[in-house]
Amino acid sequence: MNAEQTLAAVRRSVTVAAPIEKAFAVFTESFGTWWPADYHINPSGYETAFLEPRVGGRWFERAPDGSECDWGRVLTWDPPRRIRLAWQLNGDYVFEPDNASEVEVTFTEEEDGRTRVDLVHSKFEGLTNSEGVAASIGGDGGWSAILPRYAAAVVAA
Amino acid sequence: MGDPTRRLIFETLAAGPLSVGELAQRLPVSRPAVSQHLRALKEAGLVIDRAAGTRRIYQVDPSGVASLRAYLDQLWGNALSAFQQAAEQQQGAEQQ
Repeated sequence: MNAEQTLAAVRRSVTVAAPIEKAFAVFTESFGTWWPADYHINPSGYETAFLEPRVGGRWFERAPDGSECDWGRVLTWDPPRRIRLAWQLNGDYVFEPDNASEVEVTFTEEEDGRTRVDLVHSKFEGLTNSEGVAASIGGDGGWSAILPRYAAAVVAA
Repeated sequence: MGDPTRRLIFETLAAGPLSVGELAQRLPVSRPAVSQHLRALKEAGLVIDRAAGTRRIYQVDPSGVASLRAYLDQLWGNALSAFQQAAEQQQGAEQQ
């Protein structure tokens, strides 16, 4: 594809019935309580995931056997309004500082104690320079295991 | 990918491999039209196909950046729904 650079960023938004401080805290401190367990990369399984609350903090998952896999790191830490994360999985799912896409999450106060959360995942073109990432994502193992179940859930909803 | 139907077919395939018949069943698109869009998607390098008995199974080309984008789009949609649920549950628990 020659049009790779023109692909739009992934944008997703959700409004939650919780104040901004709570929304921010759940997204960050309690990251492991809501992240869908199916989205993990460690073949030995998934127990929880963490987002360390500071610039330079690690973003990683932990398996039941205690082994950890890095996903990326925290680039911007501006509670309770904004975080920016580097998504840094290379073809072998190894933390790779020079090969990152960016995830920016902004929290905006709305009426009645609600909070809008806007997520933008951009610059992911860089990740496909490492062909293994796409192959792993689209292949039969790893995260692709979620896709049939996700599709089933959508159909059932 | 300017055509909305073509985009819909591509995004449906991002959720998992399907045959022409399965796509036509799930989407408001006729079978011949599905085939035509799949041909265009294949020529654009966005999907690949393989034979499975008498059927052809189509899936997004995992080496394409468009496939990666479609995958991440689904991932974040799913993750944010889970986040919303958790935030509202925790908020509700505190108010009680």
